[in-house]
Amino acid sequence: MKNIITGRAFVYGNNIDTDQIYPGRYLELVDPNEIKAHCLEGVDESFSKEVGFNDIVVAGTNFGCGSSREHAAIALISSDVGVVLADSFARIFFRNATNLALPLMICKGISKKVNAGDILEVHLKEGLIINKTTGEEVKGENISDFIFNILEQGGIKKLFK
Amino acid sequence: MHAIEKILAKKAGVERVRAGEIVNCSIDFVEINDLYLQTIYSFWEMGGKKVYDKDKIAFVFDHYSPAPTIKTAQIHKEMRAFAKEQGLTHHFDINKGVCHQVMPEAGLIYPGMIIVATDSHTTTHGAFGAFGTGVGATDMASILIRGKLWFRVPEIIKIEINGIPSENVYAKDVILYILGRVKADGAVYKAIEFCGDYVENLGVSERMTICNMAVEMGAKTAYMVPNQAVIDYINARTDKDYEILETDADYIYDEHLVFNVDGLRPQLAAPHSVDNNISVQEGFGVKIDQAYIGSCTGGRVEDIEAAWKVLKDKKVHPDVRLVIIPASDEVQLSIIEKGYMRDLINAGATFNAPRCGPCLGTHAGLIADDEVCITSTNRNFPGRMGSNKASIYLASPMTVATSALYGYITEPK
Repeated sequence: MKNIITGRAFVYGNNIDTDQIYPGRYLELVDPNEIKAHCLEGVDESFSKEVGFNDIVVAGTNFGCGSSREHAAIALISSDVGVVLADSFARIFFRNATNLALPLMICKGISKKVNAGDILEVHLKEGLIINKTTGEEVKGENISDFIFNILEQGGIKKLFK
Repeated sequence: MHAIEKILAKKAGVERVRAGEIVNCSIDFVEINDLYLQTIYSFWEMGGKKVYDKDKIAFVFDHYSPAPTIKTAQIHKEMRAFAKEQGLTHHFDINKGVCHQVMPEAGLIYPGMIIVATDSHTTTHGAFGAFGTGVGATDMASILIRGKLWFRVPEIIKIEINGIPSENVYAKDVILYILGRVKADGAVYKAIEFCGDYVENLGVSERMTICNMAVEMGAKTAYMVPNQAVIDYINARTDKDYEILETDADYIYDEHLVFNVDGLRPQLAAPHSVDNNISVQEGFGVKIDQAYIGSCTGGRVEDIEAAWKVLKDKKVHPDVRLVIIPASDEVQLSIIEKGYMRDLINAGATFNAPRCGPCLGTHAGLIADDEVCITSTNRNFPGRMGSNKASIYLASPMTVATSALYGYITEPK
């Protein structure tokens, strides 16, 4: 896990629920390569085609609310999303993402400070976001050593053994 | 300490816990539904061989029951094989119903326990004085191996509900009204205790409906002090010794919200958010294509009885499809015995076998582009029940049935 992640921003609103992140009609899929084709389809049908390595999802409050489906985290991870920035995250999504080593950073008001397509440089441990497009620096919550350790190990599966 | 904290402390084997602390608790029962084959794969990946306790784990096939596709048939096949190979005592195959209904019916839920399931609506079991919470596949796999899970002890919001609502107003109306005020992120990472004279007088079914939707405010768990109706329900189903833990008088809540529901009229959540609350009067006249009564929120005997009261000796509007799915086999047998099922079929309803059904958009009554569905379920997110371009209104079963009768959203009379 790199501490600094640089990528393009995809910006969404509040309460992006797990049905928007990964619609229920695709829950029968178990292969991550198939799952990623439907990532964020409920809110942005072009996301899966446009997203690239280390790109960054930016959202408002309560990102990941709704179902406990781990597919939501798997979809973002297998799409190579580098980090998700949001005002707040729903509880089960937070656990699922952390368990699978997808970094999440809480950053109040971030969805209003970033435009779609901006290039962001995110410093995970420091909780710092630098908008390379506008030059603005935004302070988020730093990712704790406890969580960073899980991310660095590639998730709890490896830690468990 | 709060009763919720006492449950966590007891299961963590410590004297006291306080909000914000991380505790590692032993889990009394876990349930895995058929969206979560990944749990088994993660179990193997994490080095699992034998599950921690074959009496404390069950699969429930409800989201894909009976299997609508070859892929889901394969999911069931692999889960069934795992259950057999591990010798699991409890198993709920495609003939049983929705997990949050069949577990209490089977006597597996009781006050003071921790129940963890791969389903966000596990908060439902707060209705029985249990600590219920949802997790994903990886957390669940870790429980299957070790029988434990870490929790952050939550802050607790007290939601006190007093008063007597208008006639034809149910717990579903009350919780939609509260959701409109607390909002979808009002309790993220926190627990909610529901109390007040309105709650004390509710039966088991409506208490379950309220706790079920606590997760729609982001809550980790819900809690109600068991009343006599709950105690009678549990005692009829289990001979397990259980303890009802009481909250200390000096416990300080994170927030105390008081709602007076005197004279409250029937409520809706309008598209596309659970907290987009309006009254049924305000939604009056919206033309509907489908009406659905079912799920862990609104598919019990009392819910179908409410629909029956509206629709017996009448006909569903010709432009509306009314889909009804009993939440369990026990519910289905009961509505057959009472004659509700016959009368509702005569009224034009379509019944499906017990399961989650179209609630989560997998099968059994999906909706097309630009269609409108009114439903007794718990979520109206875009695309939840089918097309992203469809609209979903959440309502009580009685409002759903009344709207099905007239063809547009209508307040029960």
